This record gives sequence, structure tokens and C-alpha cells, in this order.
Amino acid sequence: MKENTVKTFKAIVMGASAGGIKALGIVLSAFPKDFPVPVLIVQHLHPNSDSYLIQMLAQQCALTVKQADEKELIHASTVYIAPPNYHLLVEEDYSLSLSVDPRVNFSRPAIDVLFETAAYAYRDQLIGVILTGANGDGSQGVKLIRKLGGYLVVQDPATAEAEAMPRAAISAVRIDRVLPLEQIGPYLVQLINRGCQL
Amino acid sequence: MDDIETQNLELQLLLQAIYLKYGYDFRNYAKASIKRRILHRLTSDKLPNISAMQHRLLYDEAFFGRLLLDLSINVTEMFRDPNFYLAIRQHVIPQLRELPYLKIWHAGCSTGEEVYSMAIVLKEEGLYDRTQIYATDMNEVVLRQAREGIFAINHLKQYTANYQKAGGQESFSNYYSAHYDHVVMDKSLKKRVLFSDHNLATDGVFGEMNLIMCRNVLIYFDRDLQNRVFNLFKESLCDNGFLCLGSKESIRLSVHSNTFEDVVKEEKIYRKKISQNIL
Repeated sequence: MKENTVKTFKAIVMGASAGGIKALGIVLSAFPKDFPVPVLIVQHLHPNSDSYLIQMLAQQCALTVKQADEKELIHASTVYIAPPNYHLLVEEDYSLSLSVDPRVNFSRPAIDVLFETAAYAYRDQLIGVILTGANGDGSQGVKLIRKLGGYLVVQDPATAEAEAMPRAAISAVRIDRVLPLEQIGPYLVQLINRGCQL
Repeated sequence: MDDIETQNLELQLLLQAIYLKYGYDFRNYAKASIKRRILHRLTSDKLPNISAMQHRLLYDEAFFGRLLLDLSINVTEMFRDPNFYLAIRQHVIPQLRELPYLKIWHAGCSTGEEVYSMAIVLKEEGLYDRTQIYATDMNEVVLRQAREGIFAINHLKQYTANYQKAGGQESFSNYYSAHYDHVVMDKSLKKRVLFSDHNLATDGVFGEMNLIMCRNVLIYFDRDLQNRVFNLFKESLCDNGFLCLGSKESIRLSVHSNTFEDVVKEEKIYRKKISQNIL
């Protein structure tokens, strides 16, 4: 095999809405403690919700799970959750920033904002994952990830509590893998460890 | 150089051009957000690339005016984060009450919702008549809206709920008159407010303040610009003066961290320690 036939990845971005809390728990539970990339997540939440999502996911996941802080550097083996009522953005120096810009797709945080900025930062070394949700957020983001050479995984709508969001992503652009919820976590672990065959 | 690097170079040149032509300095803003805004304007105006936009803004001041609105942060609300205002009532007002006269600076006040919120708190706490409020923003358009005190009626339900959660003592409807699709804030609320132009990226100190509010503005700046602004706030505050930031902002990672002590940690209310030369 030639040296450049396997692509490696530097980060995963994940978007979820209705039904997402449960789905995220299932996906993240597959990741080992030494998972060598960061995972950045936008889950639509009520603006005033507290940090129960983080506590819940921390219990189900071997990685460090934390709310994203303004200007912090992104580290491997860490799950960053967008704070309620703030957009989460990735800077091209691999740090995080927050914004209170207007809602995008009626949401703040918006999946599109995270995905688009992460696409510019990680380009073809980014994996974008769309899970269950009842809206179209993330569709613009997956388009840009595709355009810049990243890899896309979407939850099979048949296994989603709300199928609109995965469906919107699938109809927006070519998706590399559409998988049932249970298989997404193990597949991502495989993808990160072995890269993807070109 | 690939397309994205070329685009980043164009962005850098654009920000430089804006600074040289119009004096607004966005060069030390956090990049991801500003790039997003520029690209949105690019798409909606059907311009082929950022260089074309640069050409346009150098020759068309009205176009720059619209871009400036895109680039300034105009999202705000009345009694944003109600617990913050509750903390002001409980932990800051009692100390301000000791002062014969007080000066408050709302830096980056945008359309003024938080200025009116603070005016209401000061009124209800009996401090308003001995307060001077300076409300500043870099953008004349939003300042004009702030000065007029006219807000869309569709947010009113949330503002009323915020006011109540923030420890409001009256009926919120006492502070505005409602028209068809907007509300007009009571004139008395701006009696002690001076709205004026000030740019945190380029302008300096203009007075000695007892309290500075600057909420959800610094998140848009890079570390260097944040440090510049923290220094500006340090120099503008009297000893024991209060600094109030947004809920995700902190002075703790800046070089000025030691100058401030926590008042209400979780609400990002700090206080400038008494004179450095004693230490």
C-alpha cells in the first residue's frame, strides 16, 4: 500500500437535536479513554438549561466531557459541548471561540456554525456526524465539510428518534456512511484508528 | 497557496483596508466569527470574492455602512441572564449605596437593552438620581436605536419574564408604552444616560468609573485585544470599582487577573483591588 492511500483524521464534529441526548450517550460510550482526537458537539438545548447533559454524558463516556470554554485550546481525548445560548466556533489555530450572534436555523448553538468553522480549520481531516433531530440544522455545514474534503457519517433515519435532520443532511450532499445508531460509535473508533482507505 | 489560504489573505487585507480607510480596527477580532459574517455578506451581495468586496467598500461608503452593521455585535436583550441582575441587586447595589455619586460605563452597549435594564434596577434601588451612565458603542446606527429606546414588541414577553426573575419590584409595564409593533421605553430612564461613540479597539480612557459593564463583547476579540481592553477597564475604574462581564467571559486568563477580586464568581462580577502600590 502506498503511503498516501490512507487518510487520517484530526477531529470529529457532531450535531444532534431532538432525541440527541440519548443518541449522543450511545455514540460516545464506544470511545476509549485514549481516543486520539477531540470530539466537538452541538446539541440543541433550551437556552436556560443547566449542565445536566455534560454530567450525563460524562457518566457514559470514558473521555473527559466538558463545556467548551472561550479561547481554550482543543485537546485530544476530550469531548467539548457547546454552552446553551452560545454558538461554538473553531478557530484555525485549533482554539475555540463562542459567540452570541443571531440564531441560525432558529438555534443557538447552531450545528452549521460549528461545522462550517471546523471545516475551515481541519479541512479534509475532519469527520462530521449528524444524529437524530427534527429540523434542518447541519445541512450547510455538511456541504462545506464535503467541499473541503472531510468525511461524513449520518445516522440512518430509520433508527432516529426524529428523522428530519439526518434526512436533510442526506439530501444536501453525498454522505460517506449512513449507519444505524448503534454502529456509529464503533465505526468512528475504527475510522480514527485505521483512517479511511482512499 | 491553496484557495482557503488565499481567502484568509484576502480577509487580512480587507480588515487592513477597513482600518486604513475608515479607522475601524477589526484586525484583532477572533477570526472564525468575522470570516463567517464577511462570507455571508459576500453571498448575499453576490460578490465573487473578498477582493471584490474590498474594492467595493473602498469606493462605496454606504456599502461599508452595511458591512459595519454586519460586523458589530447587535444581539442583546433586556435583563439578559436575569441571575446576573439579581446578583447586582444583592451584592453590588449595597456597596454602591455608600457612594455620594456614581458613574457607570456600559461599553459596547449595542441597541441599549441592558442600559435600560440597569437604569430600572438603579431606579428601584433609589440610586438612579445620583448616577451618571455612559453608554458607548462603536456603531452610530445601533447607538441611535439605543438613544431612541424603541424596541420590537415581540420580545416583550421574554423581557417581562427576565425582569421578574431579575428581582423586579414593579410591573414591567410601568417602564414602557406599547404601540402596534413596538414599545417605547419611559423617557425618565434615559435622563441620566449619555449615549456616545467609543471604540474599544482604538479609543482610550474617558473618565473614572465606579462600575463597568461589558457583556458578551470580549468573546469576539483575540487575546491581545482582550488584554488591551482589560487594561483600559483597569485604568478606567476607581479603587473598589466593579467590572461586570458576560457569563462565558473571564478576566482570570488575562495578564490583569491579579488586579481584580471576585465579587460573584459565577456571574462574572469582579472588583478592582485597592491601590497596587500598597501591595
